[in-house]
Amino acid sequence: MTIEVRNLVKKFGSFAALDGVDLKVDNGELLALLGPSGSGKTTLLRIIAGLDWPDSGEVSFNGEDALAQGARERHVGFVFQHYALFRHMTVFENVAFGLRVQPRAVRKEEAAIRARVKELLDLVQLDWLADRYPSQLSGGQRQRIALARALAIEPRILLLDEPFGALDAKVRKELRKWLRSLHHEINVTSIFVTHDQEEALEVANRVVVMDKGRIEQIGSPDDVYESPATAFVHGFIGESIELPVRIADGMVRFGDRPLALAADGLVPGASRLFVRRHDMLVGPPGSGAFEGAVQQVRNFGPVQRAEVELAGGETIEIDAPRDKELRAGDAIGLQPRRYRIFAG
Amino acid sequence: MTMQLADSVSLSSSEAKARAHAAAARDNLRTEPRAVRIVIITLAVSFLSVFVVLPLVVVFAQAFSRGILAYLAALAEPEALSAIKLTLLVAAISVGLNLVFGLVAAWAIAKFDFKGRTFLITLIDLPFSVSPVISGLVFVLLFGAQGYFGGWLRDHDIQVLFAVPGIALATTFVTFPFVARALIPLMQEQGTQEEEAAISLGASGLQTFFRVTLPNIKWGVLYGVLLCNARAMGEFGAVSVVSGHIRGETNTMPLLVEILYNEYQFVAAFAIASLLAMLALITLIAKTVLERHLAEGHDASDH
Repeated sequence: MTIEVRNLVKKFGSFAALDGVDLKVDNGELLALLGPSGSGKTTLLRIIAGLDWPDSGEVSFNGEDALAQGARERHVGFVFQHYALFRHMTVFENVAFGLRVQPRAVRKEEAAIRARVKELLDLVQLDWLADRYPSQLSGGQRQRIALARALAIEPRILLLDEPFGALDAKVRKELRKWLRSLHHEINVTSIFVTHDQEEALEVANRVVVMDKGRIEQIGSPDDVYESPATAFVHGFIGESIELPVRIADGMVRFGDRPLALAADGLVPGASRLFVRRHDMLVGPPGSGAFEGAVQQVRNFGPVQRAEVELAGGETIEIDAPRDKELRAGDAIGLQPRRYRIFAG
Repeated sequence: MTMQLADSVSLSSSEAKARAHAAAARDNLRTEPRAVRIVIITLAVSFLSVFVVLPLVVVFAQAFSRGILAYLAALAEPEALSAIKLTLLVAAISVGLNLVFGLVAAWAIAKFDFKGRTFLITLIDLPFSVSPVISGLVFVLLFGAQGYFGGWLRDHDIQVLFAVPGIALATTFVTFPFVARALIPLMQEQGTQEEEAAISLGASGLQTFFRVTLPNIKWGVLYGVLLCNARAMGEFGAVSVVSGHIRGETNTMPLLVEILYNEYQFVAAFAIASLLAMLALITLIAKTVLERHLAEGHDASDH
């Protein structure tokens, strides 16, 4: 199932949750909608599911107008952020719900329903919880039951709203891997919403970065990490150093110092320079574009993080390999290995 | 794949233990001397005994003052039987109507966001803030011989006032808030996610209501119905205004108690009163049971 969204606009009062969104999702894709809260990602997901309606724009599934159908007819599996399991039903009945409410003409026999539910509970590895109630399950178990329930109707599309948002860090990591392999197994076109960049980059085939109701960038995890299209994406994904610079006379200036960086093709005026923390290489004074003094050094696993006061006045944090000897008070030179400059 | 998953059930029980600990610690730190505590508790208990338990005991004592046969004979009087029947009928009508209205109103308020929502909530509370006598008078103004619809009703030979419809209307008006009030906070807390889940799984509106919404609020519904019924059977003021006190026809149990008492038929008056008192006791017990169920429901949704 392919999904196509064209020029979607949705306003809540004067707040534009979606401000002209275009998106194409290919068959069998596992797509992440990534953005800070309030960026419109959940609204987009709910409109695709038919739980919300846009003010204008189009949504089509396989070329057919989806907005002509209600949520009930769209055949979309939706996994809610807080799972929304039916609290008065057992796990078994929760998963069976979608099969039991089908019109009599297409409804399966009781035995077939039981077999299908069993199969789904096996798929999410929770068959031993069939007789429990949702309140007796842990967060991770509820998450997987919610997924099994959504899969019961053999959805054409699977939508997950912050699927791991309410779980603790360890469970979240395990479920991520599990979701990836599950998607590989069932191969349903899937979209999940997350505000966690690590989650998006690790799980998805393609990432859509959103901010303020607009799409900032669409690309593979590598694309959005390695070549961010906008200042927002660079700042949001990966830990970046952001410095105010000026482009003038074909040079990049930081404060009153010209930097030894290429300024070809850059628009003159105030700009922002972005560098990943680990892309700032440390050398002896005078060896790079920046000069600085180390303020403080802390060790984090494979890297050491140093706070450096630059000659231009800003204080930045850089990540250097552990074998590089850095001590508070050292004067160092810094050269960005890779960087991007965005106007504005 | 095996997974180490945090068990939220055990987590909440350890939380409860911690809370109990804190309470015990507070007990130890309590500074009031024993004597003060005893005095306060004694005051509260004796006040309740004098003002609540004693009257209840007196009702039963008076009812049985001439022996059980006189008691039963008083209840078997045609007038008494007709009052009991009328009370049950009126309660059934008003509880039935208020169940439907209450569900609809609570649904609208809890699940939709619309203009005038807060106004509707205020309106629902109106019967609580108006004296029942005035509620009764409103119906006299509307349906009485000189009232707005009086002429039309007489022309079509429909008897509202001084008949069952009037009594049922007045009772329904007075008891309207109970079901809605019990359901609004419950439904607001539960939100709309389960309904959305049901619809996205292919359930129709009716299936969603009967399979998801109603089971989630059933204890709240019962609670509202119980309180609504207790008030409907016990209502005096509004009914007194619209009933007309036609003996054997439009007297409900509370009205009959007053009439009999005024005629010095104490045993008969208290015999009927004892039935109402029993209703109160049963309501109280059922209420306690339901409140426990409701609390459990809340706990379950906490996780």
